[in-house]
Amino acid sequence: MVMVPANGISTTEMQHWLEPFHYQFMQRAFVTALLVGVLCSAMGTYVVLRKLAFIGDGIAHASFAGIVIAYLRGADYYVGAGIVAILTALGIGWVHRRGRVALDTAIGVLFTGAFALGIFLMSRQRSYSVDLQSFLFGDILSVNHQDVLMIVALALFVGFVTALLWRSLLYTSFDPIVAQAGGMNAQRTEYILLVLLALTIIVSLQAVGIVLVAALLVTPAAAAYQLTRRFSQMMGLSALLGAISGAGGLYLSYFLRSSSGATIVLLATILFFMASAARATVRRRSFREIRSQ
Amino acid sequence: MMVRQAHNDTGVAVVARDLVVCYDHHVALDHATVNVQFGEALGIVGPNGSGKSTFLKAIAGLLEPASGTLDVLGEAPRSLPAGSIAYVPQIEDVDWTFPATVWDVVAMGRFPRLGMFRRFGKDDRAAVERGLDLVNMRHLAFRHISALSGGQQQRVFVARAIAQEPKLLLLDEPTTGVDAQTEAALRKVIRELVHGGMPVIMSTHHLERASEWFDRLLVLNKRVVAIGTPDEVLASGAYAELHGQMHVHGHGAGERHQHD
Repeated sequence: MVMVPANGISTTEMQHWLEPFHYQFMQRAFVTALLVGVLCSAMGTYVVLRKLAFIGDGIAHASFAGIVIAYLRGADYYVGAGIVAILTALGIGWVHRRGRVALDTAIGVLFTGAFALGIFLMSRQRSYSVDLQSFLFGDILSVNHQDVLMIVALALFVGFVTALLWRSLLYTSFDPIVAQAGGMNAQRTEYILLVLLALTIIVSLQAVGIVLVAALLVTPAAAAYQLTRRFSQMMGLSALLGAISGAGGLYLSYFLRSSSGATIVLLATILFFMASAARATVRRRSFREIRSQ
Repeated sequence: MMVRQAHNDTGVAVVARDLVVCYDHHVALDHATVNVQFGEALGIVGPNGSGKSTFLKAIAGLLEPASGTLDVLGEAPRSLPAGSIAYVPQIEDVDWTFPATVWDVVAMGRFPRLGMFRRFGKDDRAAVERGLDLVNMRHLAFRHISALSGGQQQRVFVARAIAQEPKLLLLDEPTTGVDAQTEAALRKVIRELVHGGMPVIMSTHHLERASEWFDRLLVLNKRVVAIGTPDEVLASGAYAELHGQMHVHGHGAGERHQHD
């Protein structure tokens, strides 16, 4: 790559700041971080508005058992995690609908149980601590070419289904009873959304890990929620904040020598607090507007 | 508002016969037999827990009857074409901080009939505008829904139902918590729809203007206690008796938002 000196930044300095982009594993990591940031944050709009934050956490933790079993049996990560995550999502949906046990109780019992099973199986392996670490906090730098293709494919699939169900997802997020009375299938929409969330979580586990994936599903969307007045604006801004968090967090982690997953989530958290501050300002202004009307 | 007269050979829009609906393991509606005609507004009154909302939800296809028959526009509620039934819920039922403007919410009324693939076109915009105009909310179309008063929120819900262009309109206590001006505006809109042939079923706690709102009044206490013209029913004392019991048992106006 040829470096062009600009605005008094020397070539060597420039090279220093562009260094992360020179390595192929970093390039793959950036594509992954960007995709995961956008996907999680866009789907996070539904998580925040439908108050499913705890469900995201539950799916992520329960998938861990599937990942470990797939890993130990030498099966494909996506197959193992995918099956367990989707089954979990549907199970959660069923508990949610039936409502015999409070949802948070069900998640608290079953999914921490599945998580513990994953750790139990993992801990009986020799390379326990290293691998566990990468599952819990993600290992975006180890993403290979095939992973990237898989992530792109899953992200496109989730995006496509979301676009197809756009109206149904929107209406049932705001007012499921009336949407259902009007003839939309609120229950089917919820199940499909849960499966989409499961796929989103699987894609994201490699980047940010089990512990932090729930944050990426909630934080950018919660930031966008405070700054926007319409649904599509909220989703757009959330995706943008997710992209900034994903790519920016990875970039920062390179220089800070920090965990990429943690840095991504921390950046998202900082953006959230900035949004809250901006919201307070906007609110003061809009109060004045309403009063002057 | 156009109402297709497909089922008008009998003139009956809703037929409930010996309808039993259970809710949370108890009988919420007990062998109710009620007919509603096209171009008729039926008011439902009764104490909390008397099955008013349950009845509305069963007609809307939201609750499955345990026994009895329910025929809505000639079919079972859930096999009707999308957009046939408009339901106006209580305003407490949704989160008003949702990122949406008044326009966005009213436009949702068009979603069922649009399905996945049809474009939101000129007709849809016109229907949304008509809904907004009828409840006098056009000037607030681009206001965020969190910045509305309770009366305005109720109007938005009615506008959404009108924009849906349904064949049957159900309303769950739309006059609860709204000012007299909104109540009068809603009454005018609903009466116009009824005049155009729309069947309307509405639960309420307010009896003061029952004869202006409704063609017939149903007093419900899980079972059908009385049904007839508002004047007949009020004169019969059936509701007063029930109302008296309510007070003896310590139930009252404070619970008006409770779901049956």
